[in-house]
Amino acid sequence: MTAHSIFRETLRRLARNPLAMAGGAVILFFFVLALFPSVFSGHDPNRIDILKILASPSESHPLGTDDLGRDVLARMVHGARISLSVGFVAESIAIGIGLVIGLLAGYYGGRVDSVLMRFVDIMLCFPTFFLILAVIAFIGPSIWNIMFIIGVTGWMGVARLVRAETLSLKERDFISAARAQGAGTGRIMFRHILPNTLAPILVAATLGVAGAILVESGLSFLGIGVQPPTPSWGNILTAGKDNIEFAWWLSLYPGLAIFLTVLGYNLLGEGIRDAVDPRLKGR
Amino acid sequence: MTERLLDVRSLRVAFETEQGTVRALFGVSFSVAPGETVGLVGESGCGKTVTALSILRLLPSPPSKVEGGEILLRGENLLPLPEKRMCDVRGKAISMIFQEPMSSLNPVLTVGEQVAEVFTAHGVCGKREAAERAVAWLRKVRMPDASLRAREYPHQMSGGMRQRAMIAMALALSPSLVIADEPTTALDVTIQAQIMALLQEMREQERMAVLLITHDLGVVHDFADRTAIMYLGRIVEIAPTRDLFADPIHPYTQGLLASLPGKQPGMKRLPSIPGTVPDLSAVPPGCPFADRCPFRQAAFARFRSGEAPADSLEICDREDPPLFEYAPGHLAACHYQRAARGEAR
Repeated sequence: MTAHSIFRETLRRLARNPLAMAGGAVILFFFVLALFPSVFSGHDPNRIDILKILASPSESHPLGTDDLGRDVLARMVHGARISLSVGFVAESIAIGIGLVIGLLAGYYGGRVDSVLMRFVDIMLCFPTFFLILAVIAFIGPSIWNIMFIIGVTGWMGVARLVRAETLSLKERDFISAARAQGAGTGRIMFRHILPNTLAPILVAATLGVAGAILVESGLSFLGIGVQPPTPSWGNILTAGKDNIEFAWWLSLYPGLAIFLTVLGYNLLGEGIRDAVDPRLKGR
Repeated sequence: MTERLLDVRSLRVAFETEQGTVRALFGVSFSVAPGETVGLVGESGCGKTVTALSILRLLPSPPSKVEGGEILLRGENLLPLPEKRMCDVRGKAISMIFQEPMSSLNPVLTVGEQVAEVFTAHGVCGKREAAERAVAWLRKVRMPDASLRAREYPHQMSGGMRQRAMIAMALALSPSLVIADEPTTALDVTIQAQIMALLQEMREQERMAVLLITHDLGVVHDFADRTAIMYLGRIVEIAPTRDLFADPIHPYTQGLLASLPGKQPGMKRLPSIPGTVPDLSAVPPGCPFADRCPFRQAAFARFRSGEAPADSLEICDREDPPLFEYAPGHLAACHYQRAARGEAR
């Protein structure tokens, strides 16, 4: 056996799952779009052309133009960068918070656990979307605020997951062995327990990114997300809604992009979950 | 015993459970001299591991509670030390080898990283040097292809190799005492011999003391300078190993030695000790071994036949016998033996 063989074995099982691979391919496709937007569209996403308002798809504008005559393809590929990075950053924040809270609750147990887990319960009571709406109304809509607020309202699942893993991991022999060699609490938590929780977190993170992208699109659609003229899939849809009778392309393409990305993340996440689950090893 | 590295004095440990307090150690006392190997023998549940974990203060509290006693390391009591100081003691002054090499290594870290961590955790040296020292130690415990194996994960190794890695971790900082909690129980017999030989060699090289916990009398016979026999949370007999095997005093020790295969040639069935160990949550007063003790049964028979008065039995049921020194360094806790041969001395 070679080093990292568990990791390789997991990858191999993931590679044999066609749905997960399809999901991964879709995400990869959008990532390439987001990384090199100008390769896919020569137009400036914010250039207004009043002579071509709501022009239908044509050779110079493959996905048509919007109500200000801006090229929809250009706005889509530039919007991909915004939407994908919101998903990524927001979920990273959520995982950071969830990890720390879950580790503390699981490791210390007792009163610390009760207090932290009741806090999780309280956070779960809020209808997240409306909480975000209310907070954005206070702190103002900006892309950074949106990432932040989606992150701080989305960590509870991760916290519960990490807590459960920590509860069982801290009783394992290798933790006592590490203590017996003189490892302190911080080292035990972050070097010995944390890496052992990463597999389920990876699954939660992948699914979480999909959720964050949906929330961002929703907020932008309602006009309190990413602010125009910065393009995002959500606010392109907003323009589409007003003109859906005359310009179907303005609603269809951003909607499709959101749908495919979220579907892709979900398929990939479920694929990873199956791949890391040892009970499915024989498959 | 003039010089004492570790001195455990009447250590009492209990566990708080939902059914009430369960006492695990009833005043355990023993000492370990520098460079000495002391064997701690007893059956499952007699408190061997609890003793070991208490010395390193690794028992989770709650539910465990030290009710009394002292654990002196070079004269300094470890029990009241703040956790931070205790982290310095662990690994550096006292370290431990665990029973299960399969589960006592972290599955997500390479073996080299885990050995190196002992150095970095104690701030001995930087990361790069720690990695080099780890490989050197793996070589020292004769891990095959040490530099290659250091980059592998525990699941890629055999039990024997993992135990070698465990030993490298435990010895990395040359502690003055290593507690080996059944280091060979989980290994097969040929590997057991190799690991014990390695431990012995390391002990001589590093001049460290070993507290060898086991239920294998053969292992203590071969490796321990002194041996303590535990029964139900007490040390019932402690003596230089040779004396213990030559002249066991406590009836429990006698029973254990008699049940070793090969002691009675021609015998088909091995003798065993009748009865079972009392439940720790309901230990009867008096001598913990009284129920199973052949001396007491004989005394009871004499009493029934009218040869002896009733009070000859009483003390076993009433008083927990203290350790009494029968020969230099040879202590046992038995009322009967004390009456029979102790007072004569």
